[in-house]
This record gives sequence, C-alpha cells and structure tokens, in this order.
Amino acid sequence: MLQVKHIDVFYGDVQVLHDVSFEVREHEIVALIGTNGAGKSTILRTISGIMRPEAGEILFGDVPIHNLEPYKLVDAGMSHVPEGRRLFVEMTVEENLDMGSLRGKAKAEREKTREVVFDLFPRLKERRKQLCGTLSGGEQQMVAIGRGLMSKPKLIMFDEPSLGLAPILVKEIFNIIEKIRQEGVTVLIVEQNVKQTLSISDRAYVLETGRIVLEGAGETIMNDEHVKTAYLGV
Amino acid sequence: MTSAQLEVLLQTLIAGVLLGGLYALIGVGMTLIMGVMKIINLAHGELMMVAMYIAYLLFSLFHLDPYLSVFIAAPLLFLLGMAIQKFLINPVLKVESILPENQVILTVGLGMVLANLATMIFTSDYLSTPVDYATKAWYLSDFWRSSPIELSLSYPWSVSFLIAVVITLCLGFFLTKTDLGKSIRATAQDSEAALLMGVNVDRMRVITFGLGSGLVGAAGCLLIPIYYLYPDLGGQFTLIAFVITILGGLGSTVGAIIGGIVLGVFESLTATYIGMGWAPVGRFVIFVAALIFLPGGIASLLQRKRFGR
Repeated sequence: MLQVKHIDVFYGDVQVLHDVSFEVREHEIVALIGTNGAGKSTILRTISGIMRPEAGEILFGDVPIHNLEPYKLVDAGMSHVPEGRRLFVEMTVEENLDMGSLRGKAKAEREKTREVVFDLFPRLKERRKQLCGTLSGGEQQMVAIGRGLMSKPKLIMFDEPSLGLAPILVKEIFNIIEKIRQEGVTVLIVEQNVKQTLSISDRAYVLETGRIVLEGAGETIMNDEHVKTAYLGV
Repeated sequence: MTSAQLEVLLQTLIAGVLLGGLYALIGVGMTLIMGVMKIINLAHGELMMVAMYIAYLLFSLFHLDPYLSVFIAAPLLFLLGMAIQKFLINPVLKVESILPENQVILTVGLGMVLANLATMIFTSDYLSTPVDYATKAWYLSDFWRSSPIELSLSYPWSVSFLIAVVITLCLGFFLTKTDLGKSIRATAQDSEAALLMGVNVDRMRVITFGLGSGLVGAAGCLLIPIYYLYPDLGGQFTLIAFVITILGGLGSTVGAIIGGIVLGVFESLTATYIGMGWAPVGRFVIFVAALIFLPGGIASLLQRKRFGR
C-alpha cells in the first residue's frame, strides 16, 4: 500500500534521513520505533508532503506521491494524526471534526462518519460544543484521532499518540488503534512507547539517527537483544 | 451634571460608536490577514484609498451613490488583494533573504506605489462625493417632543455604521458556518495542521488577502460620504488599523471589532474634551497603554473568559 524507497531528507543542510526504505501492506499495523531525534516524525511529515525528499521515492498504491501537495494526499486516502495533537484550540470539538472532512466524498458523508467517531469516543459526543482548548489531554487525543478518521482514510498515520497521557489512557488509545485496523484501515504508527506499540504491531522498523537498523515482526523485534537493552531496559 | 453636559457626553459617545463601527471594519480586514499570514499589511489604508477613488469615479461619472459602490469597489478590491498575494507576496515568501519579514517591507513599498499612482492620476487635490443627504440628521426632539435633552444622529454616519455592522455579521457567519471560513480560521490557528487536513493553505492565503482588502474597500465606500479624499490618506488609516489589530490581540476578529469601537469612542472623547487635534494623540495613548497593560490585547481577555484561565 505504502512504499518508501531510499529517501534522503534534509533540514536545511543537515541530513536527517539516510536512505530510508520500508513498506506498509494493506490492513497491517506497522510501527516505527526509535529515540528522540531519530527521524520518526520526519518520515511521517515527508510522507504527508510537508517535507520533500532530496532523493528516493514514495509510492502510495502504485502512484508516486513525493511531489504531491498535502491536500492531494488527503484526497488519495491518507490521514496523518500529528505529534502533539495540533488541534484547532479555538474551535469546538465538532468544528475540529468537520475540518477532517473538507474534501470530496468525506464531506458528503460527514454526518455519518461523525456518528461513527462518536460511537468510538462517546465522551466527544457529550463535549461536541466545547472548545478544544478546554479539553483534557486524553480528550484532545481522541479529537485528534477522530479528526484523522473523518477523511475516511485508507491509511492512517499516528505520530506519538500516547505522548503525555496517563497509562490507563494510553491503553485505551492503543485499543482504539487496533479497532481502527479491524475496520479495514491500515495503520502506520510512530512511538517511543516501544513495548505497547510492538504488542499491537504486525511489523516494526527500528530507526537510529536517521537510518533503519532493524526490521521484522513485532514479536521478533521485542525479543531482539539490542532492542531489549536500548529501548525496553531489560 | 447639567443636562447640557449630559447632552455633550451622549452625543460624543454616539459619534464615537458610529466612528468605531467603521474602524472595526477597517481593523478586521487587517486582523484577518494578520491571523492567516502572520504579517501586518502596511498597505491596508492605501487599499482603502484605492476603493475610495473607485467610489469617487463611479459617483462623478455615473452618479452612483457611494453606498451602492460598495458592491463594485469591494469585489474589485477583493480581486486586487488576491492578485497582490498571488503575484507579489507569495513569490517573496519563497525567497530566502536576510530580512525575516520582507513581505512586510513589500507591503510598505506597495502602499507608496499606490499613493503615488493616485497622485499622478488624480493630483493631490481634496475630493469628495457631495451627496444630498450629507448633512441630513435625525433629531431626538422629532421623535420625543418633550425630551429634556437634544441629540442628533447624522444620516450618512448611521447608514455607514449599519452597513458596516451588516458586513461584519456576514463575515462572522462566513467564518463560523462555512467550510471555507472554517478553513481560513484553521489556517490562522495552525497552518501545518490545516495542511494535514487537506486545506490548500496557499489558496487560503490568497483568499484571505482578498477578503481583507475587500473589507477595507467596503469601509472606504462607507467613509467617502462623510470624509474627503486625497492620495495620502491611506497612511493614517493603516496606522488606525494597526492600532486596532494590536488592541484586538493580533489575529482575533472579535477582539478587533471591540478594539475598533473602543478606539472610536476614545478618539471621540479626546476630540470633545481635550481638543479636535488631540484625537490622534488619544489613539496612540491607547496603543501604548494596550502594549504595556494588555499585551495580549482584547483577545487575551476573551480567552481568559472562554478557557477559564
């Protein structure tokens, strides 16, 4: 479904991604694991078209997308739930959800999709008229995920969805992500919360200083000696 | 307070609110552009001057009432604003330069070009549109015979105010109820998140600059029946819009509307109680006071109320 082939990405003169390649197959949950500054978010920002690779290519379906404008990628069925939630804090929950369904078919089915999101997060339905700036961190993450689903994506990318949440909420968020996959949406997830992420992932890639150093099934990665010492602290 | 003093005070407040309504319309245009682009458009007053010359031409050539010229001048200014953003500001945004805010410098230059073009075409004579209702007014005693005080309400000032209110309400509806309006607000709040939602951010910038220019263009048409016109009038209105934008809290439309009214009333009070010539001083006193005591502007007060902090 998504193929990233040998991309190099720079911030100004500094190269942050070196020859990164990976793929996400349909209906998979794929995780990108790595420490702060490894380049995980940069990968997602490059896939969504906010940054451009200097070399290499990115295919979505079989179409090259690395030169497309971000809004065309939304049309193509890609959704990106950004790090730190990035809600429109001076808009209500409902307005934020509307912002996820601005284009084409998603706009026509806005009301219906909104009900699906409210089924997934009943708490948002109660707070639909509330400004997002007044919500708790967990609720904000729910809005961010809901907003990402409003475009009816084929592929949804999560950037650190558990960041700053209480452990019980983290568990809930991961349950929701599994549920989203069951609905037929492919998931690419970037996380520092290695253990929980690997437990729901089919496959994972380990990223260190802008290079992929390890790849394999979630289970395999979890039992890898290097990963154990570097990320799981066992 | 004697009834004569009360009369003066009330009359001053009425004049201030009417003036403030027009100021609000001028300020909202700059504020919208500020919110989305994060730059101050320092050609804002000059764009209004262009609209006023359009209204003047329509009046002197076709005897079109300045209030009706809103429907021609505002759309023309909308197109002009979009063209400025698309062909002048967007290319400058993409150039790396030593000045981080070179788009602002660009708008300064644009303002000079517009003012000088106007001087070349129309000379620097003072012009006006002598409409027959210019001095008409309603008097309180016409409606209430035994009224202890006498107040008057100027006809053109009131009509201008009402149209300004209607335009502002339409803008509010557009920004809160339509997808396009929400996309503009989303771009102002977090442009990268808006990009990820499928908003064509470059297009929003073009539309917003058009919208801000159209609004100030409408304000120009509302101002011309009660004001006179000359090529250099833009500068002072750019400053007024700037003060309102700061007072409102950089990018908050509601803040700018309140800021416009506050400024209008404050100027009116200064003009009555200190002296006509002191009104601009009042304007800058409130500007400096806002910077010192309310750096977040009126928006920060509103926010404290809405978010409970």
